[in-house]
Order: sequence, then structure tokens, then C-alpha cells
Amino acid sequence: MTSQHLTIALIGNANVGKSAIFNQLTGLHQHVSNWPGKTVEKAEGTLAFCGRVLDIVDLPGTYGLTAYSTDESISREYITSSAPDVLINVVDAAALERNLFLTLELLELQPHMVVALNQVDVAERKGLNIDSERLARILGVPVVPTVGTRNFGLQSLMDEVIRVSLGRYQRSSPIKYSSDLESRVRQLADTLEAVNLSFPKRWAALRLLEGDNGIEALVYKEKPEIEAVVQRLRSEIENVTGEDAGSALASELYTIAHRVSSDVTAHDVRKQTFGERVDRLALHSAIGYVMMVLVIVFMFYSVFFLGEHISSLLDQGFLQIKSAYYSSFPGDFAGFIWAGLIEGVVAGTTVAIPYIVPFIIALSILEDTGYLARIAFLMDSAMHKIGFHGKGFIPLMLGFGCNVPACLGCRIMETGRERLICAFATSLVPCTARSIVIMGMVAVYVGFGWAAVLYIIDFIIIFALSRLAFKVLPGEPTGLVMEMPRYRRPSLDKTMKKAWVNLKEFVYTAFPLIIVGNFSIQLSNVVGLLSIVQLAMSPVTVLWLGLPAVTGIVLIFGILRKEMTMILLASLMGTTNFALVMTPVQMFVFAFVVMIYIPCIATIAVLAKEFGLKRAAMISFVEVSLAIVLGGIVHYGLVLLGFS
Amino acid sequence: MSTDSVQEYLEAIHAFNETGEPAKTTELAEKLAVSPPSVTEMLKRLAEDGLVEYEPYKGATLTGMGMAYAERIVRKHRLLERYLHDSLGLKREKVHDEACRLEHSLSDDVADAMCRALDQPATCPDDHNPIPPCSLEVKDCDDCVAARKKANDRPRLVTQLSNLRTGEEAVVAFVRAGNGAYKRLLDMGLTQGTRLRVVNVAPFKGPVEIAVRDTRLALGRGLASFVFVEISEGKAPRHGAPPGPHSGRRWRGHAQ
Repeated sequence: MTSQHLTIALIGNANVGKSAIFNQLTGLHQHVSNWPGKTVEKAEGTLAFCGRVLDIVDLPGTYGLTAYSTDESISREYITSSAPDVLINVVDAAALERNLFLTLELLELQPHMVVALNQVDVAERKGLNIDSERLARILGVPVVPTVGTRNFGLQSLMDEVIRVSLGRYQRSSPIKYSSDLESRVRQLADTLEAVNLSFPKRWAALRLLEGDNGIEALVYKEKPEIEAVVQRLRSEIENVTGEDAGSALASELYTIAHRVSSDVTAHDVRKQTFGERVDRLALHSAIGYVMMVLVIVFMFYSVFFLGEHISSLLDQGFLQIKSAYYSSFPGDFAGFIWAGLIEGVVAGTTVAIPYIVPFIIALSILEDTGYLARIAFLMDSAMHKIGFHGKGFIPLMLGFGCNVPACLGCRIMETGRERLICAFATSLVPCTARSIVIMGMVAVYVGFGWAAVLYIIDFIIIFALSRLAFKVLPGEPTGLVMEMPRYRRPSLDKTMKKAWVNLKEFVYTAFPLIIVGNFSIQLSNVVGLLSIVQLAMSPVTVLWLGLPAVTGIVLIFGILRKEMTMILLASLMGTTNFALVMTPVQMFVFAFVVMIYIPCIATIAVLAKEFGLKRAAMISFVEVSLAIVLGGIVHYGLVLLGFS
Repeated sequence: MSTDSVQEYLEAIHAFNETGEPAKTTELAEKLAVSPPSVTEMLKRLAEDGLVEYEPYKGATLTGMGMAYAERIVRKHRLLERYLHDSLGLKREKVHDEACRLEHSLSDDVADAMCRALDQPATCPDDHNPIPPCSLEVKDCDDCVAARKKANDRPRLVTQLSNLRTGEEAVVAFVRAGNGAYKRLLDMGLTQGTRLRVVNVAPFKGPVEIAVRDTRLALGRGLASFVFVEISEGKAPRHGAPPGPHSGRRWRGHAQ
């Protein structure tokens, strides 16, 4: 095989430095998209090496090939169906045994493979010296020590990749299990000879014995009689080993992994590492929480302090452009063009750049240092009350700043179901824009206590609706299983790249929707549709919610940016002293409705991007109905209680 | 094996721990109707044997090992309550005292047979506390008899991973979970016979962090309770504990 194009896939456990290697190899020649139909990022890049073009794919973090999570099924699907020319299995030298489990599973699939023994520096600091040549002999594939973050060993890694692609390495014989299992695996593999499969029979046999639904469906459809053979072999294994077949095979593989890793590893005396000492504090039942709050407050403050500054700078800039535009192009039509087309871009830019970029950077730092995992650990039990596990705390908390990046942050949840519910809950968290309305109107004119009541009501709604959503949406709850990564220094390069990629994605997907949304609202305004809408809405706004009729228009414009509701209301009412034109009950109900009624257009755009237009519309619909129903109840409740 | 008295202590501490609090010396003294100094004395011994973590003034909390012993007897107690109530029709307020008398003489075989006959009851009848899970390596009740026989041949001290305290070590005995979680736990290296050490336990029933196969893993409390671990009885509780009166004590939870 002397093709000039080679496809290479990087695969490995989470947190082994796979992405660091990927970034070093591809530099800026990479692009990120989603795996088809999944909200999991697919990173691809190219590298010119020795006169060849290498297409490199970074597969999501994978612990095993049993297709438990979305990430893992993507990896498995990719290897079995796309068949990359060479597989680079990145293993963490400091946790060899656990990492070798996947390596051994991959060997069963018999691809052309090179093992990158990554983070050998960390392993050495932990007192582990690994004999890579010996490991290569045992595994039968090349093993190259690397340090991805420092570009160490990557040259020889690629040399080996080329050599493997040329077929200069003899494929090793697959790992042998103990005779009890081995004979049965072989027997089943032989039985499968007659079945037409795109992957090795032995591998299929192993998955069948494990009880893998996907492979079962595939095989039994063609040869139903095999099911009986599998059942028989499975119960034989259970009788011999005393474990069920899946467990016996996993145990066996881990036993081999253990044997191999202790065979090639020389231990120095184990000392308490820096990370362990930090964790003693970071996970302490009192100090840990104090630290967490400090970290979060600091992060929040810096992100939104920075965001506000940049945002107001941008606003001023746009304002100047706007006045320059108006003075040079007077007239209604030019005004409409600005309001209809440019305002959308302005709204998008003043949300996206100032808030999303600092947010992504902060989140990425939190994640890369390993502290995010500690937060998830500390918050797990509290979040379980709602139905999430610990990681769900992060998007919810960030929602207080801005829902847009927070909804993007829901990606840290494992399953599609949890991602969706988490994003739904996040879209109900009062962001800064809503806080402006709550504080600027209710706290100022009705009283701070009432503003607090609004927040409390919101938390109750979030709590109740999330629980309900977990009940309604089908699916098995996933508990928290997460590797506690070692603490490490975040890399500037990686962080900036992540921020850039996310920003680009947001601009491409959210901007069109924001601009179109803005345009249609402005157009309806010009053609007089809005006053009709206001009239049509008045039974709801005036009768049911007890609000002034103009709030109809205000609420529609609020979809663009929620803080605009207050500004617009002031200009329509002709005063910023709301106490003169609205009763306390009206202000409370208005702020309540603004808080709940719909995610702003940028959030809807993100929801649409992450979950599809239908789901985004559904979330919006639920929230609008909720705001109307509860808003009316709040209104009449307050009136009945004697408030006016 | 421990004496009845040790069992009584473990059972009483278990009752306090179940509410999420350490068992205080004075509370234990009142509950077991013994003097506070002898409770303190006993708690120190239990702590030496690795059955409880005892801090003066704060109280005692069962370790994983203590929990394993306590759950054996609590399980028998609550199964007996169920049996007396459901099958024999005794009044709810009666079953507790009866169960207290019978629990120490009930064999494991009979307890498991009761569990099977009652179709794995989840809670006890008087105060609806959960019955500790079956510690046999079974998927469902069909395997019960065979597993019981195996356990009798090679008795071992098994409890859920979620019961272990920081610093305790154990070996994975088996995993009892739904398909997805089961495979996940296996993939992460929690196969039978794997040695693990609890590094951190998050407060408020949060996750546990374990060191296993040279890595650190955080497991939510729910998932951790699917993992049953064997605790080595290196330091078995000794005999000849101070006499604890067996009758006439005042127990929790008389439903009046």
C-alpha cells in the first residue's frame, strides 16, 4: 500500500493527552464539526509528513468498546466501519493498567496500531519507569514514549505510523485468554466463519459472549441458530468461572492488563503526590466548599466584569457607527435597514464576543486544570436532588451569567437526555439580562424582598420542572463515573484554540437565526403587524396578567434581548419611573413573565444548534405557556391576597 | 465471630448512623441501657478492631467493616419483622421486640429463605427503614440457594462500596447493576478481585473517590452501592466484650 493519503485515528481514555497530541500534529490545519447526529465534537486535521498527507481524526475519550456512552459508541462505530489506515492508541503511562484494557480490546479488532505511551514525564515523577520496548514486544505493536504537551516523541511516533501503514510490522496474534475462556471464544469464532461480518470473527465472538445488543442483532438476523450456541457457551463460562460471561471476560482482560503493566513497570517508592495534598483540601467537607465558592465567584466576576466592559465598549462603538449612519442616511427606509439588518448583528456580537469568549476560556481552564472534576465531585449529591449528577452544576451556575454559553456548556453531560434536560433547566436560570429587569424594576420600586421572592420562585420552578423532565423523558439515569484527573497546568494554546473554535461555531449557527428573528420582528413593526399582535395579545396581557397593553409589544421585543424589555417599556411609557405608571403587582408580574417566558433569541439559536429546531421550539413553547399560566396565577393570587 | 453484645452495639450505632449522624456516647448509653463510661470503653475497643470510627464528643460511625457486620444483623432483624408481620400476622408494634429476641439465633440460611419467601422485601414494616441488600452474589432469587451454599463454604465479609470510609481497603466481590452501569463499571476496571482503596468520601451522601489500578475514580453514591466489596477480616472483632444487657433496653422506633 503506497497511497499518498492515510487516515489516522487517535483513540484513548479521557484525559490522557490525546488532544494535545492532536493539536501538536495538526497545528492550525484542523476543523471541528459534530459527529453525524450527535452533539459530540469531531475534530479532524491534516498533517503533511514524509511526502504523504495524513488525515487525522481525534476520537472522543473511550474506556472500552462496549458502547456504553455516546462517546464510546462513536469511537467503536468509527473503527469498525471506517477502518482507519493506522490507529494511534494514546495511553497514559502513569495509569498503564487501566489504559491497557482498551489497548487489549483494540488489539482484538486487529487494526494497524501504534501505541503512544504518553505523559511519561508525569509517570516518572510518580516514580514509574516503563520499559516501552518490552511493552512493544508483548503487545506486538510499536510503542513510542511521548509527551504530547511538549512535542516530545511525536516525530518517532509518526515514523512508526508510516512504517505500520506500509505493513512492515507483523500483526501480532491476539491476546490469549486462559484456556477455559480461550477454547470457547475460538469455538464461537469458528462458528461465526459462515457469517458475513465487516470485523474480525474473534472480536464478534467476544462481544456476543459479553451480550452486546448491537452485534447480537447483526449476527442473529443472519444466523438465528447461533444464539443457542452463544447461550450454551455463556452458561459454560459461568459454570467454570463462577462469574457471568461478561464479567469473566472483562476480569480476564484486566488480569492480562495487570500482568503486562506490572511486567513492564518498575516502581520507585511511592510518595504522596502534590495532587493528593491539594485534594485533601480541595475535597475537604468544609474547606473544599469554601474553595469552590471562591473559585466560582472569582471566575464569575472576572468573566462578567470583562464581558460587561467589552460589551459596553462594543455598544458604544456600534452607537457611534449608528449615529454616523443615521446622519448620512436619513429617512425611514434607511432607519429600517439599520434596525432590521444591522441591529441583529449588533445584538449577536455584543452577546457573543464579550461573554462567550471569556466564558469558554474560563471553563476550559477549569477543565484543563482538573478542578472541574472536583466541583462535580463536591456537588454530586446536591445535584442528585434535581436528577442530575455533579457535572450538571456547572452549566446551571454559569446560566446566571448568560444562558448562551451555559447551554453550550451542557455538553459536559454524558447522555443526550441529560444534556437536553440540563439545557432546559439552564434556560430558566435568571441571566444577567433578566436580573437587570428584576433588580431595576422590582427591587427598586417594589422592594428588595420581592425581588428575592422572584428568584426563589424561579429556583422552585427549575427544581420542579427538571424533576418532571427526568420523569417524563425516557432513559436510565446515569450515575457519576468519572476519572479524577491529575492537576495540571492548562495550556494557553489549547485554550485559545478551543475558544476560537467555539466562537466560530456560534457565529455560523446562531447569527443567521438572530438576524432573521430580528428582521421579522422589525418588519412586522413597520407594516403595523405588531399593533395587531398587541391587540390580539391583550386578552392575555391585560385581562389575564393584568398588565398595561403596551407590554405585548415589549415582550415580543424582549425575545431579542431581555434587558431591552425594561428600556423599551420606559420609552413607550414615557418615563423611567415605573412606579408612576405601574402598580407594584403589575411590576412583579411583569418581571416574573420576563424571567420565564422565553429564552432570548441567542439562547434559542444555541438550543437549536445543540438539539435541533424542534426541541428548541418545544422548550420555548413550554416556557411561554408556563410564564402565561403562572403569571396569571401570580397576578390573581396577589390581588386576592389584597395587594394592588 | 462477634458476640451478641458487639452485635447489639453495631446494630445500635447503625440505627443512629442511618439518620446521617454519628452515634453519641450518651445516646448509645440510653438506648442500650448501660452506663456512658462502659459505652466509651466499648467504642474504643470497636475502634481498635476497625469496626467504628470514634471521635470523643462527636460519636461513633461504622466503618465499612462495621457496616458489613451490622447489616448482617439488621437484615435479619428487619426480615424477621417482615415475616412476623406479613406471614404470621403479628401486630406492627409487636414485631420489633420479637425480632430482637430471635435475630441472634437466626441462621443465614433461614434468613435468606425468608427473604426468598417474602419476595425480597425492601423495607421493614414498623418504621419503613430499608432492609440491607442481600450480600450474596446473585442476579435474582433463582440463584439464591446455590449462592447461599457457596457463601457457607467460603464465608466472606461483603458490603457495598458506598459503605466504606476514607482510607479503607477492599476487594471487589461482584457488581450488581443494570446492563449499562454494569459494563461501565467493568470497563473502568472494577472487575472481580480488584483491590481498591477509598481516598475521599464527599459529604452529604456525595460520591466516593477510590484509588484503583493506579488511577482515581469518582463514583456517584448510587453507582458505588452497586459494587459489593469483600473486606478482609484481618482484625476480627474479639470476644469477651463487656456484658451488654440483652433485655430491658429501650429501642428506637416503637410505633405507638
